This record gives sequence, C-alpha cells and structure tokens, in this order.
Amino acid sequence: MAPPDSASRNGHALLELRDVHASYGPIRALHGISLAVPAGSVVALLGANGAGKTTTLRAVSGMVKTQGSVQFEGHEITNGRPEDVARLGIAHVPSGRGTMTQLTVWENLQMGAYVRRDRGAIRRDFDRVTGYFPWMRERRHQVAVTLSGGEQQMLAIGRALMMRPRLLLLDEPSLGLAPLIVRQIFEIIATINREEQLSTLVVEQNANLALKIAARAYVLEVGRIVLEGSASELSRHESVRKSYLGI
Amino acid sequence: MHLLLAAGFTFTGLIQQVVSGAGAGAVYATLALALVLIYRAMDVANFAQGEMAMFSTYIAYALVGGDFGLLGTKLGFNGLHLGLPQAFWIAFAIAVVASFGLGILIERVLIRPFEGAPLLTLVIVTLGLFSIVNGLAGFNWGYVFKTFCCPFPQSAVNAGGVSFNYTDLGIIAVTVVILVAMAVFFRYTKLGLAMRAASLYPESSRLVGVRTSWMLALGWGLSAAVGAVSGILVAPVVFLDPNMMQSVLLFAFAAAVLGGIESPVGAVVGALLIGILLALVGTYIPGGENLRTPFALLIIVVVLLLRPAGLLGRPETRRV
Repeated sequence: MAPPDSASRNGHALLELRDVHASYGPIRALHGISLAVPAGSVVALLGANGAGKTTTLRAVSGMVKTQGSVQFEGHEITNGRPEDVARLGIAHVPSGRGTMTQLTVWENLQMGAYVRRDRGAIRRDFDRVTGYFPWMRERRHQVAVTLSGGEQQMLAIGRALMMRPRLLLLDEPSLGLAPLIVRQIFEIIATINREEQLSTLVVEQNANLALKIAARAYVLEVGRIVLEGSASELSRHESVRKSYLGI
Repeated sequence: MHLLLAAGFTFTGLIQQVVSGAGAGAVYATLALALVLIYRAMDVANFAQGEMAMFSTYIAYALVGGDFGLLGTKLGFNGLHLGLPQAFWIAFAIAVVASFGLGILIERVLIRPFEGAPLLTLVIVTLGLFSIVNGLAGFNWGYVFKTFCCPFPQSAVNAGGVSFNYTDLGIIAVTVVILVAMAVFFRYTKLGLAMRAASLYPESSRLVGVRTSWMLALGWGLSAAVGAVSGILVAPVVFLDPNMMQSVLLFAFAAAVLGGIESPVGAVVGALLIGILLALVGTYIPGGENLRTPFALLIIVVVLLLRPAGLLGRPETRRV
C-alpha cells in the first residue's frame, strides 16, 4: 500500500490537490490532504460522516476557504469562485442534489447548459442525457419538486452532463435513496465514464458500490487521508473491509 | 339604498369610478412590478423604488422640456431638448434605458457591499437611498410642482354613458405590455431563467456557472426601468415634484402584498383592485378622499394577518 502522500506521482492528473487545508470559520475541516484524479478515470473518496469528504469537493469548487494548492489541467484554481470553476469545465453535483425544485426538468437541464452558446450541440446533449435517463424526455415539463429522490439525483447528474464537463464531482449520490435506485445510479455513472471517458471524483459512504466503479480510491478520516490505492487493493484491505464495507 | 341615492349614486357613476380607479391602479401596478422584481431577487422591500421612479421621471422631463435644473444652469445646457413631435416617447425610452443603467449602478455601489448582510441592513440601505435620491432631485430641481404633459390625448371616448379617458386606457395598455414582456422574459429566455434560478437556488446556480451577483444587478436594472415607466406615466396626472411617488409607493406596497409579493400577475391584480377600491372609498364615503392612505395601510395589515402569501402567492413553496 502506498503512503498517503503520493498524489503527485501521476504526471497527467486532471485534478490535483496538494496539501489542502480548509476551514469553516474557526473549525478546521481538512488538515492537508493530497489527491489526484487522472484523466478519464473514476476516483472514489471514502470516509465516515464528518471526515471531510464534502469539504474536499467544496474546496475544489471554491465554496470553502482553502489553503494549499488545487490544480485543474495544470491551472491553479485554489479559492476560485464557484461560477469560474464551473466555467473551466468542472461540474459539481452537491450533496442533497441541489435540485432547482420549482423549475421543470427541462429548465433544470437548460441551466446545466447556461454558459454554452452552441444551440445545436445543446440540443444533441439533451438527447444524449435523455438517452441515459429516458424518463426525462416525456416528463420534461414536470416541476422538479414532484420527482422522487432518485429522479432528482438523476436530474442533478443530467444537469451536470449538460455542462459538457471535463470533470464530474459527485457528492454522495446514494444519500437517502433506496438500494435498488442507488445501484441503478451507480451503473449509469459507470456507463457514462466508460462511454465518454468522463473523469469523475465521487464521494461516498457506501464504499461497496463506490469501489466497484472506481479505479482508485482514497480513505479520509477526520480531515486526513489515511489510505489510498487502487480500488481492488482497497476492497481487500482489512481495515477498509471492517470500517466501510461492513464485512 | 336611500343613503346611496342621497350620495348621488348611479350605476354609470359606479362604473365610471371603477374605470378611473383601474387607471390609477395601473400606475400602482407598474411600481408594484418593480417592487416584486427586487423582492424576488433578494427578499427585500425596496423603499427607494418610488424615489428612483421619480428621478427617472425628471430625466424624461428634462429631455422633453430642456429643464436640467441646477446642473443644467451650472454647466449651461439648459434649454437643450428634443424638438421632435414624438419627443415625449423618445424621452420616455431614453429615461427607461438610463434608469436600467442607474439601477445596475446602484446595486453595484450600494447593495453589493452588503451581499449576505442581514435583511434589515438592506432595508435600511434602501431607506438611505430613498432620502439620497429625494434630496438630489430636490437640490437640482427644487421642491416645486412642474408640469410634464402628456403622453396621451387629453380627451375621452364615451361608451354607454361611461367615459374612458385616453390617459387611463393608455396607462392600462402600457402596464399590460410590461406584464406580458416580463412573463415572456422570465419564462422563455435563458437569461430570465437564470435570474429566477439565481434568486431561488444561488448555490446550484453558481455551480453551473451563473454569475449570481450580476443577476442581482440585472434585477435592480430591470426594476428601475419598470419603475421609471410608472413615474413617467403618473407625472402628467399628479404633477412632477420630488415627493410625487410617495403615496404611489404606499399603494404599490399594498398592491404587492395583496396580490402576493412574489407574483407579478398578483401585483397587477392587486394594484387594479386597490385602485378601484380607493376610487370607491374616495367617492362613496363622505370625506373618503382623506381616508385613502389609511385604507391602503389597512389592506396591508389585513392581508398580512389573514393571507400573508397574498391572493396569488403560493404559500411556503420557496427555499426548500
């Protein structure tokens, strides 16, 4: 198992965090974490409640005050504004999905394409997204508040895809959803990665599922990375099995 | 019935009051729409809305008549004016566009520093803005009544014993056009959609790249432009002076609260109802002319007590 400081080993990382600290006012949430998301792969960030998983994603998007270095495609984006980070090609699906509940399904998807000007391509992306989520096509005029939790999660992912991102940040896509729906959503995430080589950093408490679709994973504990490795290594690792896989 | 007859009640008289009340209501409606725009964007009642509209009206007045006040005297450009047959409407358009720019400027300079501040802070800022704008207009043009005439023909058409004067009809038509334009903008354009999303879901909006802070500035710009229409339409009726919009603002607040301060359609419906009610109160209650302002306040209080979301507002559907 590699020591937890070797993020920079990968020279072509799309996203790279080096010694990132973050705090909410006086409360420090991250104590110097380093990680990398190589282009085209799914990376999972595991850990218990309060370990700092959400904060890590928020540090990338500029939603929390951060020290250290966050680089995307070699550009420094530390403490960038969320809207600027989004415009660089990072789509962040926040915890709790960030559904625009009073807008319709179609309007939610349109918001994903907000910064884009290429009408024809947006139209094609609508077809592409509804290819993954066929129900959205017939129900595009439905107000999002009437969707089920699973549908709202899918809509949030669909909205992110409409951005044509180069990196997808997913914050606990399984939160509050029934196991069957969760499995369905993870299958779709895996499919999207396979078909579009979309780099994805997924935060999860459900380590079992996350390790199935991820190539690499990191384990966070109270704001520090305590383990990292390939998904298969980690799913065999004794303490991961005990703490996060419930085996 | 005897009492009403004694007060000179006739059916056509009643209809007449309803028609002219609706005309006045349409003026309240445009200002109420301006209030709704800012309320939806940032949950704040903009107490300076009326004064901003008043200032916009002075801009149009100056362009038509060449009276730029003290500023014009000092810089020597008084007397310059639009010498065209359509001067009023050209000045109207210029003033509306200028107000849009001024609204954005006000947001950037005065409101933006207080982003994230408690709502009470913002309300106090709008109160400060109220007195600044009022003071500036008074300083430049003086607190004297000016005549600013007239967008519509000063005559009326008669139908079934009820006379519809062109001013009322014109104001109602302009209000309807603004309402429809706003509905189309917010429902069918990408920018309108983004403005709605930015106010309701600021975090999600930023995560898809919306510059929410500029959306707010745009909201102030639109609001100032819509408010300008209100001021310019009412000035020929009430005469122009720095305090001319103060009672209009109170009636606009009553209208927005009655219709639902989140709902543009509600604001217009509320304003027409208020306009008609005030006309009836003024006509059929002895001494009622002086009861109009207290009556407006009474409506605000009663609505807030019985139905805080207003007639057309949706209760408790926001900020989930």
